[in-house]
Amino acid sequence: MSFEEKGTWVYLVVNVVTYAAYLSIILGRAENIPLTEVSYVSTMLWTIGIAIALSIVGHIAVAIAKPSEADKRDVRDKDINRFGEYVGGIVLAVGMLAPFGLAMAEVDHFWIANAIYLAFVLSALTASVVKIVAYRRGL
Amino acid sequence: MVKPTKVTNAIRSLRFANGEMTQAALAARIGVTRQTIIAIEQGRYSPSLEMAFQIARVFNVPLDEVFQYPGTQE
Repeated sequence: MSFEEKGTWVYLVVNVVTYAAYLSIILGRAENIPLTEVSYVSTMLWTIGIAIALSIVGHIAVAIAKPSEADKRDVRDKDINRFGEYVGGIVLAVGMLAPFGLAMAEVDHFWIANAIYLAFVLSALTASVVKIVAYRRGL
Repeated sequence: MVKPTKVTNAIRSLRFANGEMTQAALAARIGVTRQTIIAIEQGRYSPSLEMAFQIARVFNVPLDEVFQYPGTQE
């Protein structure tokens, strides 16, 4: 498995784990109060920050585990990355229709912010999965 | 599994014919990762025309001795 493929796995796992953690925290707070009254802003910002930090730490850990392969990124890695980001971009564009509609319907900011966050997460997950499939099955 | 390319190649046999050159050695010669050589050999990745010429040059053979594009027989 190439360094870039390992990095893609790191990114995928970090995104799944941090978003699952965010959801469990928010849903846990909503046991006795409506979701829209739950304090979510700092949790969301922290989750995004932690996800970025974990991705960086994960990449560094992968590089330390096999230094000889670190930073080796060739034309196939670039092709696969471009393809994954392209598909992820489509998901992001389509996903953004939800918060767009929610904003026009003037629903609570909670739903708009969370719909945007979900669209970002889905886009990132799709891009990662597409890249991993391309690495495994071919481009 | 459906291979994404119809292009076939003789890289594996050419490597063995050239002093049992390893995938890593070939990768180093053309400046790619070993995983990319594996993917090309298995038909999971079509290299660029430039990379194809580079591979042919390593083995010192014409391009069509490395890569083939089988068509329907007449």
